[in-house]
Amino acid sequence: MALTAGFFYLFAALAVASAAMVILARNPVHAVLFLILAFFNAAGLFILLGAEFLAMILVVVYVGAVAVLFLFVVMMLDVDFAELKAGFIKNAPIGLIVGGIVMGELILLFVSGGFELGLAQQPGAPIAELGRDVSNTKQLGLLLYTRYVFFFQIAGLVLLVAMIGAIVLTLQHRKNVRRQSIAAQVARTPATGMAIVKVPPGGYVLPPTESNKTETQD
Amino acid sequence: MTIGIGHYLTVAACLFTLGMLGIFLNRKNVIIILMSIELMLLAVNINLVAFSYYLGDLVGQVFALFNLTVAAAEAAIGLAIVVVYYRNRGSIAVEDINMMKG
Repeated sequence: MALTAGFFYLFAALAVASAAMVILARNPVHAVLFLILAFFNAAGLFILLGAEFLAMILVVVYVGAVAVLFLFVVMMLDVDFAELKAGFIKNAPIGLIVGGIVMGELILLFVSGGFELGLAQQPGAPIAELGRDVSNTKQLGLLLYTRYVFFFQIAGLVLLVAMIGAIVLTLQHRKNVRRQSIAAQVARTPATGMAIVKVPPGGYVLPPTESNKTETQD
Repeated sequence: MTIGIGHYLTVAACLFTLGMLGIFLNRKNVIIILMSIELMLLAVNINLVAFSYYLGDLVGQVFALFNLTVAAAEAAIGLAIVVVYYRNRGSIAVEDINMMKG
């Protein structure tokens, strides 16, 4: 039990400290790296709570995809981040006041037992119809693919819409780039593809373009 | 000293408040604001998983899973919008984003 408490305090302190560094770091790349550290510590907290599958999903999806996406965008945009940091001190008092009020209220509520939670007899018990020896991942799958299968599919739709939206937003059609047009290639016949030109002595032939179709110049 | 649900809720409250504070402090930088929103969603996930553990109900973890899905979609769309905006205007300062102001 003491080991669990020690690990809880380790993960909690590191998560809160790295979250503070996310919003205080001058360099946005450092902010993203601290965000990754915060996610790792939150995954540790999830493991302490017996949610191994969510912890692994957090590491894989957040650290592997979202945080790397942030890192990619921060490094790709050539922005003067020092200038964006300018209003930092000016906004600090109101932010500290509002944040202090919210955190004070929340912690007072939780610590003083402001609402009775009606906790379970043994925390971490699996859902009732399953045995105690079923792993967290299997329990989650049994629940997700049966009772919540429609929600699961809607979550897939959300991801599909996000993917299509991101592609549509960032795809750009450049004008003067030569692309392969398969339809034009297939539709090409010897009649359209070949031409007999007469080259006058001392003259030259320009390749056919839109302006000069198979005409000779001298 | 046993770790109760109040401990986890306190950690989540700290993370949520830090995320909110980040939006106040870095009011000019869209990327930091998006990261702060990610922190707030992470705090919500910790709350959901803590309640799921201490109430002995796995539905909280299912909801946290959907929450992760929505957070990933939001980050992808938000960053795509930031990239498109930077490509059009050459800046991502929040106060420059006022073209649609009436």
